[in-house]
Amino acid sequence: MQQFANPARFLKLAQALLLPVWVAALVAFAAGLYMALVTAPPDYQQGETVRIMFVHVPAAWMALMVYTAMALASASAAIFRHPLADMAAKAAAPIGAMFCFLALVTGSLWGKPMWGAWWVWDARLTSMFVLFLLYLGYMAVWQAIEDPHRAALIARIVAIAGFINVPIVKFSVDWWNSLHQGASVFRMGGPTIDERMLWPLLIMALAYMLLFAGLLLIAMRSEITSRKIRQLQLAGLAGR
Amino acid sequence: MKLIWALMRRDLKLATRQGGGAGTAIGFFVTVIVLLPLGLGPDQALLQRIAPGALWIALLLSVLLSAERIFQSDFEDGSLDAMALGVVPLELVVLAKAAAHWLTTALPLAVAAPLLGFLINLDPGVILPLGLAMLLGSLALSLLASLGAAITVALRRGGLLVSLLILPFYVPCLIFGVAATTSPDLTKPSLLMLSAIALASLVLIPIAAAAALRAYLK
Repeated sequence: MQQFANPARFLKLAQALLLPVWVAALVAFAAGLYMALVTAPPDYQQGETVRIMFVHVPAAWMALMVYTAMALASASAAIFRHPLADMAAKAAAPIGAMFCFLALVTGSLWGKPMWGAWWVWDARLTSMFVLFLLYLGYMAVWQAIEDPHRAALIARIVAIAGFINVPIVKFSVDWWNSLHQGASVFRMGGPTIDERMLWPLLIMALAYMLLFAGLLLIAMRSEITSRKIRQLQLAGLAGR
Repeated sequence: MKLIWALMRRDLKLATRQGGGAGTAIGFFVTVIVLLPLGLGPDQALLQRIAPGALWIALLLSVLLSAERIFQSDFEDGSLDAMALGVVPLELVVLAKAAAHWLTTALPLAVAAPLLGFLINLDPGVILPLGLAMLLGSLALSLLASLGAAITVALRRGGLLVSLLILPFYVPCLIFGVAATTSPDLTKPSLLMLSAIALASLVLIPIAAAAALRAYLK
């Protein structure tokens, strides 16, 4: 990892990766959406509304994965002083918040026909909402503190402390009686979901992951550029 | 050890003599509980059902209201710099200040809560579990408040950020705290979870809060 500590080298790599990532994301989205909306069978209980799953579930996975990545990046920034780790965490936060918001909104749209309510205060939904608040809090720290070095130090603490919520979200359906269904893909003893639904779901998850990778590269690139501009402005003020 | 006691005594003295500290929190707490039946109507059955939740929410908000005070004045007048340079590790300074906050704010509130419960028709059978849950829970609340206070100590508009950052951590305390008061049983899992949260915060939060303070002090 240390060889990417040089921002110039990272920028070169990001530049080379961006196009393939976007093409792969486009292909994955096209294939995943086609399978999800056309070839996947309707559910025997839920009918056609089950297709919301192919948008909802990968978004929720990503919301958890991005927060985990943020916490890991923050920890590695604290431990190994990797200069790009703080930037990666900062750039990932709004993207993760967007996935979290998407999961909440699609879940709400799915809950209305299935449970008869837009929102219920049950363990999975509440912990997911708390995750969204954690994303907002993390972004607010970067906004509120002007000095980027100090903001990075504080943001690390917030990201690592908030990580406690991720396992709570994951296991909330096992620990509490929840209206939300239990895990049916990542569980002990293999997935219980039908193969014709599992494949489109996994391809959609891959598409979301590629989308995240593309957005993260762009966000990190603009973050590096804005820091360079800040440095130049400071240098310009000092030289005057 | 003597120095830690001195730190705590100093904070306790400041809190009691300055006024505004413990008094404000208790005043706020009483106001919420008194206004509640006026807003909801005097239906005794309804009040009994919501009493534990109402007391817990009032406790959370009162602790949050006084959170800013934990480090701010010491940061502004430079005492915190002196404490950071002293022989006592900053983690223990945080612990001492959080303990002082707990003794002057959260603990009086937790003790007052069962008494105020009579105003809103609290079921007498749950007074003991409620008191115990609040005793343990308020410790976690004070510690979490000190983390929020440390994170936002130098910020001008810190109040809103403290609420946003600390709210997610208060949610489990509230859920387990209210769940502990559903029956008079004292060995419920929710009560044990609440103790676990309190103990884990006791160990981890001084470390996190001290790291945040160091970021501002250097």
